[in-house]
Amino acid sequence: MVVSTKMALEGAHASAQAMRQINPDVVAAYPITPQTAIVQTFSQYVADGEVDTEFIAVESEHAAMSACIGAAAAGGRVMTATAANGLALMWEELYIAASLRLPIVMSVVNRALSAPLNIHCDHSDSMGARDAGWIQLYSETGQEAYDNTIQAVRIAEHPDLLLPVMVMQDGFITGHAVELVEVADDASVKEFIGTYTPKYSLLDIDHPVTFGAWDLWDYYFEHKRQQTDAMSKAMKVIVDVGKEFGQVFGRTYGIFDAYAMDDAELAIIVLSSTAGTARTVIRELRKKGLKIGLLKLRVFRPFPAQELVAALKDVKAVAVLDRSISFGAMEGAGPLFLEVCAALFAAGATQKVVNYIYGLGGRDVLPEYIERVASDLQEIADTGKVKSLVNYLGLRE
Amino acid sequence: MVIKLKEQATKPERLAPGHRFCAGCAEPIIIRQILNAIDEPVVVGAATGCTEIATSMYPYTAWNVPWIHNAFENVSTTIAGAEAMYRVLVRRGKIPERNIRFIAIGGDGATYDIGLQWLSGALERGHRFIYVCLNNEAYMNTGIQRSSATPMGAHTTTSPAGTVIPGKVQWRKPLTEIIAAHRIPYVAQAAPSHWRDLMEKARKAAAADGPSFINVISDCNRGWRHGTETSIEVTRLAVETCYWPLFEVENGVWKLNYKPREKKPVEEWLKMQGRFQHLFQPQFKHVIAEIQARVDEEWESLLKKCEAE
Ligand SMILES: Cc1ncc(C[n+]2csc(CCOP(=O)(O)OP(=O)(O)O)c2C)c(N)n1
Repeated sequence: MVVSTKMALEGAHASAQAMRQINPDVVAAYPITPQTAIVQTFSQYVADGEVDTEFIAVESEHAAMSACIGAAAAGGRVMTATAANGLALMWEELYIAASLRLPIVMSVVNRALSAPLNIHCDHSDSMGARDAGWIQLYSETGQEAYDNTIQAVRIAEHPDLLLPVMVMQDGFITGHAVELVEVADDASVKEFIGTYTPKYSLLDIDHPVTFGAWDLWDYYFEHKRQQTDAMSKAMKVIVDVGKEFGQVFGRTYGIFDAYAMDDAELAIIVLSSTAGTARTVIRELRKKGLKIGLLKLRVFRPFPAQELVAALKDVKAVAVLDRSISFGAMEGAGPLFLEVCAALFAAGATQKVVNYIYGLGGRDVLPEYIERVASDLQEIADTGKVKSLVNYLGLRE
Repeated sequence: MVIKLKEQATKPERLAPGHRFCAGCAEPIIIRQILNAIDEPVVVGAATGCTEIATSMYPYTAWNVPWIHNAFENVSTTIAGAEAMYRVLVRRGKIPERNIRFIAIGGDGATYDIGLQWLSGALERGHRFIYVCLNNEAYMNTGIQRSSATPMGAHTTTSPAGTVIPGKVQWRKPLTEIIAAHRIPYVAQAAPSHWRDLMEKARKAAAADGPSFINVISDCNRGWRHGTETSIEVTRLAVETCYWPLFEVENGVWKLNYKPREKKPVEEWLKMQGRFQHLFQPQFKHVIAEIQARVDEEWESLLKKCEAE
């Protein structure tokens, strides 16, 4: 029986709570706003003996991921956390962690990438890492950050995958906002995550294994194919784990969260905390009779192309909200929009799509912005024409 | 502690033959000397570089012991992560204590240059591991580019000797001293020519209860430009000229391990190697004098450090 306690927690502390309950073998991490709350809270758990993790207070984020890789290759559970420039500094190691198939779990508290230096939320950091081979889960709330962190352990360690997982939450907006979070009892979390038995370990001195050999043209390609195959198996694992989590803890997770989508003719797709604002606005618009719904995407890697196409099949117009820019992409669109377009086009779908860049560097997202998106969508559905493919919300021009 | 060759020769090879090091390369010689000297089980990491490339081309491996390569700059941290995992798994009773020794191997590029931050961090945190720098005084794997270990006057492809500039103009970084300044339990400088000294140092490093560091001069005949049969001779002369003194710093105590009976002129060492040939042209001869002066100065300062103790 799960016994949950409602705790008033900041999002970052909710992640730290999950880490405490997971009690990983090794955590190597480095502070960066707005993630620091996680690493310092976890350090305190270590200092107070609430966990018996080996905590490595490294000298940089590159070193954090380097240590995580060495530790994970040595056959135990490994976690870390970072944001923005820290994630960017890890770039080389992100690819190596995924390519060595090491099931590391990392919290990312989304923050804008420099320059200009900015400590507030956008998704340029994790979107910049989207091709690194990590599974990416986005969280709307502290509760989701907590739940996703626990599930991430199971997903990463699944024998069909052995892939690292990043769990995102919005910097400050979620990371530093206090919400009521249902924290399960330690024993239930421990039981849910189970124990991890590595297939290979550096510490198995009786069966020596070489990790990180190099490839030429004769093997590299096949290894990359194996990696992408593993990623293609991830969606099923994510859904299975999300269901099982629901059975145990009462909150079921899937690929995305659909709100008012049943008879929707217009749809908004968004990640993380802005889903809350969008939902509120949509609730009001529904009262006025607008047939609009929301798809809050939880899983961005692997990208749920087929599932999205199916969810959007009866919709006439789709707005995709991006909290980052893929510089130089078609009309300077955002990465989420590009993926949605690709999915719809490949499926032969004919919905009209429009992109909105919003909230860069922590710019506030006001309900009226979502209202504007809704009225644009209505116009697009009525006229069948997209006046402007890529648009900006809340920008002074 | 006494190394008996007869006994050592019967120990199984930890680095198997059939690797792809160049003929005459000192790196596999040094690795075998060190791994042979250490009796405990080992987990080895290597930085990107010649050692990694020569021993781990998929689907082959020359390693008969657990081994990992992560990237160029972070072998220290990678091995530190493995060591941390070992400690916690033993503490949690998940695996038995097997007295494993963790060894990180990096070239001078990986150690003096790109990886210095990672190494310094791992030393400061006190992970129990042995860091071995295979110091061939340049980035050899990528075709002989200068590093901060490259000697003054040496020709490399990024410090080429030209008509105006006589090869590398800077003096080398005093890395062994920089590491010693971290006040870790054991720091040493060694050479494969003095194999008994090197093997004893490997044992001391393995016995140190904390981080240890051995900087080993490692001849590269491709980069240093000489025959494949003189590798050991060239490193011996580096020691005999006091260009590469053999010393150790054990718990803060400096000790000279070898004092040449007669200190040879550094010119003799330079003469053996094509990378210094341009220095023997009249317009660059002053560089040889400068090198000799710097070698003398460092040697005197080392003697003082060792005597003062
Ligand atoms: C981040 C990064 N920068 C550059 C390289 C290219 N690179 C690979 S090995 C190497 C030089 C290695 O030199 P050293 O550490 O002295 O070892 P050696 O090969 O001489 O034994 C370089 C520059 C790399 N692999 N990674």
